[in-house]
Amino acid sequence: MHPAILGLITIVIGVGGCIGYFWFSNVILDRVFFPPSGPNAGRNINRANAIRPWLFMGPAILALGLYLAYPVVATFLLSFQTRVPGGGSEFVGLDNYVQMIGEAKFREAIFNNMLWLIIVPAASTAFGLLAAQLTDRISWGSFAKSLIFMPMAISFVGASVIWKLIYDARPAGSDQIGVLNAIWVAFGGEPQQWLTISPWNSLLLMVVLIWIQTGFAMVILSAALRGIPEETVEAAIVDGASPWQIFFRIKVPQIMPTIVVVWTTITLVVLKVFDIVLAMTNGQWETQVLANYMYDKLFRAFDWGVGSAAAMTIMLLVSPILVWNVINARKEMR
Amino acid sequence: MDNIAGKKSSLTWAVHISVVVLVALWLFPTVGLFVSSFRTGDQISSSGWWQSLSTQESQLSPIRIEGDETATGDAFVIEGTLISGDTTVSAWGTSSREPNAYEPGETVDLGDGQTLTVNDDSTYVLTGPETFEGTRLPRVFMTASSPPVWTVENYGTVLFTGTAAAGIGQAFLNTLTVSIPATIIPILIAAFAAYALAWMEFPGRALLVATVVGLLVVPLQLALIPLLQIHNTIGIGKGYLGVWLAHTGFGLPLAIYLLRNYMVGLPRDIIENAKVDGASDFQIFVKIILPLSFPALASFAIFQFLWTWNDLLVALVFLGADDDSLVLTGRLVNLLGSRGGDWEILATSAFVSIAVPLVVFFSMQRYLVRGLLAGSVK
Repeated sequence: MHPAILGLITIVIGVGGCIGYFWFSNVILDRVFFPPSGPNAGRNINRANAIRPWLFMGPAILALGLYLAYPVVATFLLSFQTRVPGGGSEFVGLDNYVQMIGEAKFREAIFNNMLWLIIVPAASTAFGLLAAQLTDRISWGSFAKSLIFMPMAISFVGASVIWKLIYDARPAGSDQIGVLNAIWVAFGGEPQQWLTISPWNSLLLMVVLIWIQTGFAMVILSAALRGIPEETVEAAIVDGASPWQIFFRIKVPQIMPTIVVVWTTITLVVLKVFDIVLAMTNGQWETQVLANYMYDKLFRAFDWGVGSAAAMTIMLLVSPILVWNVINARKEMR
Repeated sequence: MDNIAGKKSSLTWAVHISVVVLVALWLFPTVGLFVSSFRTGDQISSSGWWQSLSTQESQLSPIRIEGDETATGDAFVIEGTLISGDTTVSAWGTSSREPNAYEPGETVDLGDGQTLTVNDDSTYVLTGPETFEGTRLPRVFMTASSPPVWTVENYGTVLFTGTAAAGIGQAFLNTLTVSIPATIIPILIAAFAAYALAWMEFPGRALLVATVVGLLVVPLQLALIPLLQIHNTIGIGKGYLGVWLAHTGFGLPLAIYLLRNYMVGLPRDIIENAKVDGASDFQIFVKIILPLSFPALASFAIFQFLWTWNDLLVALVFLGADDDSLVLTGRLVNLLGSRGGDWEILATSAFVSIAVPLVVFFSMQRYLVRGLLAGSVK
């Protein structure tokens, strides 16, 4: 059977199954177990209402538990084990972590990840803020915004192809087809294989992600800028503030919480970045990052222990943001 | 507002120019790929795409004259056209040392009484006192300018010729098969859960919301091996069912979070009135909440669709890397490795893969922006 037909059937079964589950479980709860009639009507209604939320959330809790919560625990355990030949696995304590830290490629990945974590969120947020501030002041701003926002829709792999064309190199003397080398040669340089030159190649990979994420930052920050009360800006103008002062002293401090949100969101994307590196250099020439290192270990070397240890490293880097998010969410709930 | 002090109108032109530059910078890479996908492989590898928009003067590879001779009186003549198409010759020559020795229209003595004329429309006349049969005819070097030439052949090659060229057609279908169920299934599951978290009272609700927020940032890298083990144990193995389930699980936190935030904001009166009128929670959800939440549902649907369409990792791990099961992103990565120099195939394939998300993006941008704002700014 063709997968597309299988897909259609799955949609029907999935959607039908969901609706059926929610409908039938409700009917059974109300009609069979706790009918809101007879001598115990009041008590039954209360009991049904106590159970109903769990019926509504059942499938979601099951899926979240199985697909996200359980794997965190399982990966944590896997990172302390190694597979023994012939099946099964044994507990090896911190050996996987020790081995991982001993590898030069891992240290390179950590170093590069730190660079990514500093440069990409900073540059994306800065460009996003610039674009938001500029486009908010002109009549065709929303059109300009949607063009800058467009790379968000492009896959990391698609973006890698786009940028690889820009970084392409031809032998000296012939016409360069990559823009970067064309400009370089026009200024008198020799054509370079940019993606093989460390540390610039890491920077060139970051440019791809900055190009994608700037639109996101711009959209969010532009909404925040528009939310600034006019009075504060007007008061500053009356007091004789220059446009620079208005922007950096009045506007930026007021949207600081939003800037932090944008920054952390992009940080999360950076920590998981994998496609761009895999597609453009595959971690060669000192461009390795954690996520690609982990993929290498898991699916090329089939070393689940060290791979899981690398995954836990990513989790460790994410957890401050996780905790911060949860604390904020709890504050809002109150 | 525009004329008050501090907002100098004289600076407006500077803002306009800055935005134009910014937009041009951001658009330039994509346009390059788009333009390249309509050029032939030779064109792409011989000149930058930005030059293809205007008439180009370039040194052509040498062409050896061939054709049937006609005898006219005491001379033998070969006539013909060297290159077809809309090309203008600006200089020509007969040796690689001096490829631009002569002007178009000039008649040149080749020795042994032979003469050659090449005109600017690349027609030529070769005359000689004796028959040309059995002799090597001269080669012609030309510098010619040709107007932009476009072709849609690449798209035909990439989409319809199967794995021989790229297998993009198959990959396109695979991607569609992955992303549509993976978009629809989580929506329903999440909507019910979001309603319960927003409008039903029960112990542990706050804890559950916090858990969802926490799971929002869990890297899916952690889930790969344990889930593969589960899939193998329960017999799903690698296949579409596994990918759909995985995408559903990974998409749920965002879906629940977005939908709950939206549903909490719905007016309390409507829901309480309905309850007073005797509507059950199920009826309230289906008849009131779902229709009212359409904008949030649309936002999430776009997110999830873009995410599943553009995803590489989940598809590679849960669907596999065989030729039959590769999705567009996986196919592109393979092409980058194996045919990294065939830019006409690469550019066209990449454009095929980003065309669908771009259409979705531009037609549903309103909902996407709304979802982004709801998802990250409070």
